[in-house]
Amino acid sequence: MTALQRILRPAFWRLDDWTSRVFGAAWNPLYNLGALGFFFYWIVAISGIYVYVFFDTGVTEAYDSVAYMTEDQWYLAGVMRSLHRYAGDAMVVVMVLHLIREFAYDRLRGARWFSWLTGVPIILLVLASGITGYWLVWDQLAQYVAIATTEWLDWLPIFGEPVARNFLAPDALDDRFFTWLVFLHIAVPLLLLLALWLHLQRVSRPRINPPRGLAAASFTALLVLSLVVPATSHAPADLAKVPTVLDLDWFYLGFYPLLDLWSHGTVWVTAAILTLTLAAMPWLPPFRRPAVAQVDLDNCNGCARCAEDCPFNAISMEHRTDGKPFDREAVVKDSLCVSCGICAGSCPTATPFRRAAALVPGIELPDATLAALRDRLDRMADADGQQVYLLACEHGVRPETLQRPGVAVAALPCVGALPPSFIDYLLSRCGAAGVYLAGCAEGNCHFRLGDTWTEARLDRQRDPGLRKRVPRERVRCDGFEPHQSARLRRSVATFLDNVRELPPQEIPSARQLGARFGRAHGDGGVGSS
Amino acid sequence: MIRALRYVGQAAVLAAFVAVVGFFSSNPSFRHFPEGEALLKVSFSHGGDRKVECRKRTREELAELAANMRSALDCPRERVELRFEIDLDGVPLYQALLPPTGLAGDGPSRVYERFALPAGRHVLDLRLRDSRRSEGFDHVAREAVEFAAGESVAVDFRGGEGFIIR
Repeated sequence: MTALQRILRPAFWRLDDWTSRVFGAAWNPLYNLGALGFFFYWIVAISGIYVYVFFDTGVTEAYDSVAYMTEDQWYLAGVMRSLHRYAGDAMVVVMVLHLIREFAYDRLRGARWFSWLTGVPIILLVLASGITGYWLVWDQLAQYVAIATTEWLDWLPIFGEPVARNFLAPDALDDRFFTWLVFLHIAVPLLLLLALWLHLQRVSRPRINPPRGLAAASFTALLVLSLVVPATSHAPADLAKVPTVLDLDWFYLGFYPLLDLWSHGTVWVTAAILTLTLAAMPWLPPFRRPAVAQVDLDNCNGCARCAEDCPFNAISMEHRTDGKPFDREAVVKDSLCVSCGICAGSCPTATPFRRAAALVPGIELPDATLAALRDRLDRMADADGQQVYLLACEHGVRPETLQRPGVAVAALPCVGALPPSFIDYLLSRCGAAGVYLAGCAEGNCHFRLGDTWTEARLDRQRDPGLRKRVPRERVRCDGFEPHQSARLRRSVATFLDNVRELPPQEIPSARQLGARFGRAHGDGGVGSS
Repeated sequence: MIRALRYVGQAAVLAAFVAVVGFFSSNPSFRHFPEGEALLKVSFSHGGDRKVECRKRTREELAELAANMRSALDCPRERVELRFEIDLDGVPLYQALLPPTGLAGDGPSRVYERFALPAGRHVLDLRLRDSRRSEGFDHVAREAVEFAAGESVAVDFRGGEGFIIR
């Protein structure tokens, strides 16, 4: 699995980067695949409701009513029929891309297992929705799909009578069959909607609507396609004849030729193995699970900022258990935590200026404590004030490739894991000329919301905001794909030149420097805050 | 200029997307059934005789039963398996023993088979045994059928009517 990810991931880095340049990060279709899937679902639903108005349920009426829509009322019902089909196809395309992309970025493990696992039935329900739709037209393609599907289903010993007997001869089929089909074609998409709702249950602030511009452009593109290449039917179904050459919709019916090539049992076994493998992927090796966030109640005042900022709803605010005079306390649900550290970045007690007591915030990652980060930054301090601190996300450009003279590099699990007070600390106490935060590419944060929250904190629009005394021109935050190390190095070099040209800022006092270096050398904890 | 290029790029990406959607929505064509052949489907659902003949209960046996269970005949539920054979132009095409369905083996036996045949005139010999006999057949039919290319012919069986070509 990892080998496949190693191939796919760089391809997506480049594709993401290229589409971001063309569309901008906010409109990047690859960052909005799930939202586009929802959008196409709504197009399918609305066009389907319109088409249903004209649809007749009957052996001959079904085909005739679809033909009426396609030929007589082509300008509206025909367009709706085409939109219904093409939006359904587009939904499969974005669904498959979404799946491959999340796999490539390994966004399926740990707390993400739930979204991944609930995505598997979504695939099956999408396919079932499309397949039942193709039956309704009752043309030769519908006949082929109906017979192939029921023969395949009959392999399972669950039906009293072979279902395929319904299509044995022309007089075997009755109108009630179409009533049943219409029920299926409405019920399955409703189940799909339920599954989509479930899919998002463990995601905080899910993006289910694409940006309006992208939605409008996608809809326009589908509309143009519907007008230029309207969806059409095959010849009417005739159970006394065998459909021979078929124009398959490969998005929904792509596996049907296998039913001609392989035995039905083999196709069932293959489908079962593929489905189970897909479902089991979050638990397949190699399994890496860093330690989850831990709450320190002595320092938690129940402010709920961590719960607000958590991208996976892993933190809940519960009744206080330690008798302290606060209403609530943060509680981490281990199974939902992805160890991004964004909670530590949001904690108001996570201030590196604390010297009288050990730096233990209300919540943080045990494997990436803020005290250890402060020690590391202290050790990199440069007294001449000409150095830029580059704090890089581990999921972006590899930090070890960024070491340059005048640049002190430290890695973070996510840029959102850095409390803004650390920026103040670096500039006022560590003699930094500037602080550069390098996160994931805009809109493609590995932990979904780290870059968004960081920008909002730096702009003082979200607590904890950057203190007003911090000169904003000495702080920069950008996003990069992992392969863009050269671009990041250039950007940092330019930033370094710019901040060096700024008027000198207040130099930390000797006492402060002494305290800092003294603590860094091991006589720790002594100093002023 | 750069903005114009971006618009062109966006249009190109969307055009490529709908081109892929539009093309694979109905292309390439797939040949499901060979040219010049016809399809013979054979399917029926039919229950054979009981495996063991009904037996009249003795007076003692009836006395041992609850009053509401005193049926004069003891009829074990299980049915015989069917022996079904098809010859095409005198050559065996299909031979099968069709077991009864159901947990108690008391349901009808079922068959659903399909055969691609060269188009043209063919003679079908159909034989079915649904009784306890060990040799011979209870239902036999011989039909000469004209199979047009691309035509689907179904063979069904109903207890009271025998074999039906549909």
